[in-house]
Amino acid sequence: MLNFELLIPELTLAGVAIIVVLLDLVVPRKGFLPVVSIAGVVVAAGFTIAMWGGGSQALFNNMLAVDKFALFFKLLFLAIAALVILSSVDYVSKFARFQGEYYALVLLSALGMMLMAATAELISIYIALELTSISLYVLVGFLKDPKSTEASLKYLLLGAVASAVLLFGMALVFGFTGQTQLGEIAGAIQGMSLAGVLDSPGLILGMVLMVAGFGFKIAAIPFHMWVPDVYEGAPTPITAYLSVASKAAGFAIILRVFYSAFGLPSWLSLDWGLVFAVLAAIGMTLGNVIAIPQTNIKRMLGYSSIAQAGYLMVGLAVVGFSPAAEVVGRSSLLFFLASYALTNLGAFTAIIAISNKVGSDLIQDYSGMGKRAPLLALALTLCLISLIGMPPAAGFMAKFYIFSGAVQHDLLWLVIIAVINSVISAYYYLRVVKVMWLGKPASEEKVPSSGALRLALSLSCLGVLLLGVIPGYIMKLAEMAAKMFAF
Amino acid sequence: LDFNYLTTIIFLPAVGAILIAFIPGLSEKLVKRLAAVFTFVPLALSIYLFTIFDRSASAIQFEEKFSWIPAINAHYHLGVDGLSLPLVILMTFLGFLVVLISWKIDLRPREYFAWLLLLETSILGVFCSLDLLLFFLFWEIEVIPMYFLISIWGTGRREYSAIKYVVYTLFGSAMMLAGILSLYFTTGSLSMVDIAQGGLAMVQSVMPVTAIFFLLLVGFAVKLPVFPLHTWLPDAHTDAPTAVSVVLAGALLKMGGYGMIRLCVSIFPTVAQQYAPLLVAFAVVSVLYGAAVTLRQTDLKRLIAYSSISHMGYVLLGIFALGRVSLTGATLQMFSHGVITGLLFAMAGLVMHNAEERNLGKLGGLVRQMPIIAVIFSVAGLGALGLPTTSGFAAEFLVFVGSFSSTAVAGIQVYTILGVLGIVITAGYILWMLQRVFYGPALKQFDKAKDADILERGYIFAFVAVIMLVGIYPAILTDVIKMGVMPVMGLLGG
Repeated sequence: MLNFELLIPELTLAGVAIIVVLLDLVVPRKGFLPVVSIAGVVVAAGFTIAMWGGGSQALFNNMLAVDKFALFFKLLFLAIAALVILSSVDYVSKFARFQGEYYALVLLSALGMMLMAATAELISIYIALELTSISLYVLVGFLKDPKSTEASLKYLLLGAVASAVLLFGMALVFGFTGQTQLGEIAGAIQGMSLAGVLDSPGLILGMVLMVAGFGFKIAAIPFHMWVPDVYEGAPTPITAYLSVASKAAGFAIILRVFYSAFGLPSWLSLDWGLVFAVLAAIGMTLGNVIAIPQTNIKRMLGYSSIAQAGYLMVGLAVVGFSPAAEVVGRSSLLFFLASYALTNLGAFTAIIAISNKVGSDLIQDYSGMGKRAPLLALALTLCLISLIGMPPAAGFMAKFYIFSGAVQHDLLWLVIIAVINSVISAYYYLRVVKVMWLGKPASEEKVPSSGALRLALSLSCLGVLLLGVIPGYIMKLAEMAAKMFAF
Repeated sequence: LDFNYLTTIIFLPAVGAILIAFIPGLSEKLVKRLAAVFTFVPLALSIYLFTIFDRSASAIQFEEKFSWIPAINAHYHLGVDGLSLPLVILMTFLGFLVVLISWKIDLRPREYFAWLLLLETSILGVFCSLDLLLFFLFWEIEVIPMYFLISIWGTGRREYSAIKYVVYTLFGSAMMLAGILSLYFTTGSLSMVDIAQGGLAMVQSVMPVTAIFFLLLVGFAVKLPVFPLHTWLPDAHTDAPTAVSVVLAGALLKMGGYGMIRLCVSIFPTVAQQYAPLLVAFAVVSVLYGAAVTLRQTDLKRLIAYSSISHMGYVLLGIFALGRVSLTGATLQMFSHGVITGLLFAMAGLVMHNAEERNLGKLGGLVRQMPIIAVIFSVAGLGALGLPTTSGFAAEFLVFVGSFSSTAVAGIQVYTILGVLGIVITAGYILWMLQRVFYGPALKQFDKAKDADILERGYIFAFVAVIMLVGIYPAILTDVIKMGVMPVMGLLGG
């Protein structure tokens, strides 16, 4: 069936992106563009919320699913896009040209991610992924200085390799099941015997290659090589965007593919669950250890995001280990993604505000920020505490929730590795806190921040505190979303 | 009776902290007054709770319970019983006095008092929480104010000490978190009350209960601290500002002892009985090792810090002797040590502030210049070595009598006698310290050192009054404590 009304949020976003580009040509006051973009995002979010009450539906011959799972992620991406646009206003106003294209590309990649969360078919997954990636390649190189260009090129080349690997994996899965729709792949696999699957290692190889392809998106070790350089070179709002939205989209698609297509029989899910458990253990350990000696805060947060991907993969392992009917693995993953998104956006917004004034991303230049910009420093401190996973911030509840699922399913070893990792991470996160509050300020000059930045920062910090102290409501939403899978 | 006393007591300091931090343009004087008000009201309220506490019921009182996170069955559940009420009073008492002790702080006073008040909220929360998640939340929050308080307002190697404190505590609480999660899935509940009453065979076991017991115990042992997990303590104490040392020694360490009774003993009575001999041995090692190391200290604050390790060994001994009297003694010892060591640190702070010297080798003869400080310091010292009429005597006496007569651990008499030897060493280092600081010929360089001023006299007399009151009439507390110990003994089958 062609129920186009189910695509209204996406169509709105596409329309707004085009309008922004056109407006850029005719409107001399560029301050107008972010306002239009955010208005578009809000309207799209309104349509998405209106669809929450409906049941799960499918369109285009089951290529796209509109279920609560997809809607949860769509809302998350729209919220992230709005915050990123808010925190970009200052940054972009310094550009001489292409301001409209910047906002349009942010909106288009958000559109790609929204489609990623909804796709339930291998080919449309690939298309949605490419729509997201290509917009992001351009955004990473937007500064056009050597670092930014290098980052963009690196991201493009490695991303192309990852896409190729992913496509190869998809081709193998298609070859051995004869299907591209996730539900039908699941049916084909369940029709095979154990010996049948073991006799066709091509299917397993296909799955492994898909893990590798998606692993690039979520910055899982060993597919993380691009992260530090790209994070350092990209415009800071785009780094924030990459670190949360791109990662969340990757997890959304992994969750849907592996849960829907490869979720049964249980020996298969135990297998990939174990793969994710091992990747998680390696990812968080290496990410945290390498983050310690970093001197550039964007690089440090790059490695930290690799470690956070490790914690998130604990959730994927739980999904693999738990019976299909159980919801805790999926819902805890959703909750973690929401709280991680708010936290990292908050941290990057504070960094944007500070870097605007200081003109440097080196941690040592944050010295004495507690005196020069007490509220900014306080907000950044809250976000870093949340990244460590300490209360009263969202990160604590997220970790508690995700680890509680892991303990339940014989993954206590992984939880112990994870909590020890949290202690290690405290060391480098607190180093930034230390520099800000204990260091001598380089000058007495205050660090002002614009209204848009302050708004973005207070929204994310408010979210971090709310999710940390009264997480019940969002947890319930995550649970509903995790239950409602169309496929 | 609909008034939520405990919520008010816990969160008033936090409200004060927020006001102090965010109201623009507060003068330094007003900040201090606000801090005093927002700590005095909780003190008054907790004393009021103490007077209306029902001394004939062993149940949880002043309970508040609301659903908090339905998805994981967590509740906002507060309540006090005979075990926690004395510690709540101890914290509110110290909380108010440390504001007075900090009256002369002039470096970034707004931030200082905001963190100090936040610290009080988190410690009070630990003592009042009856939900494991809420308990852990408050337990973790405490680390952040401590980090800032030590690293900004401390002395010496303050940044090193602060990060060492954080890493030790986070390591302990990481283990504890794994323990709490396992407990949650073993029983399907986060309520301490339900778990203790329902036993451990409620749903399923994810790992041996012994392992859960030790995961939790490590978290508490770091905080108490128990040898060999104690090495953060001397550094943190030595470099912390005076008021923070008072809270750290006075109330923070007690979180460890309280957690051991509330969780390790109450939830795992059989495991506790099985491993009691081992833990009692650790207790004696802590007592003797702590006391022996204290003898060799030359820094005034470091000396008192090490003495805490020895005194907390008595708490561990009392807890894992697993007897009615010994548990009562251990709880009383926590209260008594809180007040006595709080006073010792406050006095050490005064000496250091007024004489501008902390090395025992260079101090001497101060009784001429600061007679009041000398007298009160001696009273505190005598309390620490357990002189009758001080609370230290009552508490240590109960611990020793209780442990000696306990039947839970074979051969505990030997351990107890070894522990009593600690008292002898304590007498040695306390008297020697007093002698080196106050007696001997008066030194010229201290001629300008002042004695305690009127505010300082006020708070040190408050300390002394409490020490004497509990020392002369210990039943005022033991009547309450024994109602808290009774259910624990019921679980232990004694």
